Amino acid sequence: MTSDADRMLPSREPVMLLDPDGRPTVAARAGLPASEELLRGLAGMVVARRFNEQASALVRQGRLAVYPSSYGQEACQVAAAQVLTGEDWLFPTYRDTAAAVARGVDPVEVLGLLKGDWHSGYDPYERHVAPLTTPLATQLPHAVGVAHAARLRGERTVVLAMCGDGGTSEGDFHEALNFAAVFRAPVVFFVQNNQYAISVPLARQSAAPSLAHKGVGYGIPGEHVDGNDLAALLDVLSGAVGRARAGEGPQLVEGRTYRMQAHTNADDATRYRADDEVAAWAAKDPLVRLEAYLRTEGVLDDARAADLTEAAEQVARRTRDGLNQDVEPDPDDLFRFVYSQPTPQLVEQLAVVRDEISRDEQSRDEQSREETR
Amino acid sequence: MTTTAVEHATLSTAQAINRALHDAMAEDPTVLVLGEDVGPLGGVFRVTDGLTAEFGEDRCFDTPLAEAGIAGFAVGLAMNGMRPVIEMQFDAFAYPAFEQVVSHIAKMRNRTRGRVALPLVVRIPYAGGIGGVEHHCDSSESYYAHTPGLHVVAPSNPADAYTLLREAIASPDPVIFLEPKKLYWAKGEVVLGRGGEPGIGTAVVRRQGTDATLIAYGPTVPVAIEAAEVAARDGRSLQVVDLRSIVPFDDAGVCAAVESTGRAVVVAEAAGFASVSSEIAARVSERCFHSLSAPVRRVTGFDIPYPPPKLEHFQLPSVDRILDAVDELQWEEA
Repeated sequence: MTSDADRMLPSREPVMLLDPDGRPTVAARAGLPASEELLRGLAGMVVARRFNEQASALVRQGRLAVYPSSYGQEACQVAAAQVLTGEDWLFPTYRDTAAAVARGVDPVEVLGLLKGDWHSGYDPYERHVAPLTTPLATQLPHAVGVAHAARLRGERTVVLAMCGDGGTSEGDFHEALNFAAVFRAPVVFFVQNNQYAISVPLARQSAAPSLAHKGVGYGIPGEHVDGNDLAALLDVLSGAVGRARAGEGPQLVEGRTYRMQAHTNADDATRYRADDEVAAWAAKDPLVRLEAYLRTEGVLDDARAADLTEAAEQVARRTRDGLNQDVEPDPDDLFRFVYSQPTPQLVEQLAVVRDEISRDEQSRDEQSREETR
Repeated sequence: MTTTAVEHATLSTAQAINRALHDAMAEDPTVLVLGEDVGPLGGVFRVTDGLTAEFGEDRCFDTPLAEAGIAGFAVGLAMNGMRPVIEMQFDAFAYPAFEQVVSHIAKMRNRTRGRVALPLVVRIPYAGGIGGVEHHCDSSESYYAHTPGLHVVAPSNPADAYTLLREAIASPDPVIFLEPKKLYWAKGEVVLGRGGEPGIGTAVVRRQGTDATLIAYGPTVPVAIEAAEVAARDGRSLQVVDLRSIVPFDDAGVCAAVESTGRAVVVAEAAGFASVSSEIAARVSERCFHSLSAPVRRVTGFDIPYPPPKLEHFQLPSVDRILDAVDELQWEEA
C-alpha cells in the first residue's frame, strides 16, 4: 500500500521513452506521444537549435550584448511550449528565449532584452508569455499568482513556470512551490537541470536525491525526465498540465539536461568542466535521437527533413534581418513608462534630457556650417 | 440639481483603513486582501477585521508566512486582472519582500513599456512610538521612496487614511501605503466614498502660520502641530505642512508654503542620514533659496538602529526638539 507521500515521489530513474540512439525504451511500451506530435516537436527543435546558433552569431557580430544559449536543451524548450494551449501562460527565465519563440513570440522581440533597445521586447499578453526574468526564481511566485487569479475567475488556465537547477536554491523557489501547494494553484514548475549555475555544479546547489524529490516536502508530486528526450518530456509535462487543469494542483518536473555551451559568450566553461564530460552529453543530443526514431518509423524522410531545415532557416533570417536593423531608441521612453502618469519630477527631468539633445543638435549644426564655410 | 449626500463617520485610523478596504471590495470584485493573519483574526492591528466574514475566503485570506512570496504572488494576481492589497505585518518584516518590490513591483510597467501595469497596494504598519520590541518600529520609507516606479504614501489622520487608501487601490500604479502604528487609535472625522480630496501627490497645510514652516508626514504631523500650538503661546506663528504622499512629492505645494514664511524645519522619525528628510531639505534649499532667511533644518531620528522601548523617546522627534530647531532659524533680535 502506498501513502500520499509515496505517490508524490519521482520514479527511481528519470523517465526515458527514447534512448540516445532513438530506440524506444521498455517504458515506451505503455505508449509514445503520437507521431504528429513528435514531428511537430522535432520541427520546433530544429528551429530552436538554429535560433540558438543565430543568436550566438549575432553576439559575435556585435548585434546582441550577450546571449545565454539553450543549445543542447532544445527538447526542454520546445516541450514547455508544446504542452500548453493558447490561454495558458509560460513564465520563462533569461535562457528560455527558444521556448518563447516556440510559443509564437516574434524572435526579434524575444531578443529585445539582449539587444539593448529596451528591457522586455514583447507584449506579455499577446502570447501569454511573461517577460524573460533575470533575477533567479523571482518569476515563480508571479506564476502562482497568475494561476490563482485565473482560478478565482473560474478559468481553466494552466501556468508553466520555468527555472534552472541553480534557481531551486533561491528562497522564491521555495515560497512559490509552497504557495502553489497551499492554494492548489494550477502551476507546473519545470526545472531544467542543466547541471551548472554559471560555474557551480549541481552538487553545490543541492544534496537532495533529485530536484524532483523537492516536491514531496511541499505536498507536490515530483517527477524527473530525461531532458533530452522530447517524447518523455511531452508525455510527463502534458500529464502534469492535464492534472493541473483538472484541479489536482501543482506539480514539479525536473528535466535532466546539459548546458552544452558556456553560461553566456562572456563565460569560459573550460575553467570549471572537462571536455570529456561535454562530449558524453553531446552523444545524447535531443535532435539526433528524435530524428533517428522518426526516420525508423518512416515519419521523416530527407525531403521532410529539408523542409524543417528551411523553416528554421526562415526564422534565422527573420532574426538576423530584424537585429541588423538599427532602431534609434527614443530618449522620451526613459520617462514614459515609469508610472501611468509621469510625476512632476519626471516631467522636469525629461525636459533636461530634451534640452541636452537640442543643444547637442545645435552645436552639431553650427559645426557643420563652420566646416562647409 | 441634485446634490449627493456626503457620508461622514467618526473613525480611528485603523477603522478608517478597514472601511476603505471594505468599500473598495464592495465596489470592485477584483480587489483582494491578503497577507499574514488578515483573515479570521482580522490582522494583528484588526485593520482587516470582518472582511473575510463579509466577502468570503476568496476575497480576504491568509497566506503562508512568507513576505517575498506574498509580494510575488500579488504581482501575478495583478498581472492577471486583480487589484491585490497585501499586508506586510510590520515594517521590518517587509524586508524579505524587498527584491520583489524593487525588481518587479516597481519595474514591471517600465520594463514592459507600459503593457503590464501592477495595480497593487503594499500596506505596511510602520514607525515607532508604541513601545514595540526590535524589528517592529522601523521607519523604512526612504528605501521605497528611493525606488523609481513606486508611489509612497503616509497618512497622518483617519480622513487621509481613508481617502488615500481608496486612491491607492484605484491607482494603476503600485503604491506603498505606510500606516503610522502610533496613529492607529487616533480618532477623527472621515469623509467616505471615492473622490475624496485632495488625492495622492498633494501636500496640505494643516495649520496656518507666518513665521516658519514645519514639514512633516505620517507619524510626525501631530507632533509638528503640537509644537506649533506651543510656539503660538510664545508668540511665534508656525505653519505645518503635511506631505501625505512622499512620492509623488509636491514640490509646488511645499515651496509655496516655505516661500510664504521664509524658514523651514523638516520633521521625520527615520534616521536622518540619506533619508526622505534630507531629500526634502535639499529640494527646499535648491528651489526656495532666495526666499529663505535661514538654512533648512531637520529634526529626525538619530542614525542608530531603532532603540528598545525604554529608550525610544530619545529617538522620536519631540515638541522640544522641534522648537529648539525653530529657535536656530536665524531670527533677528527684536
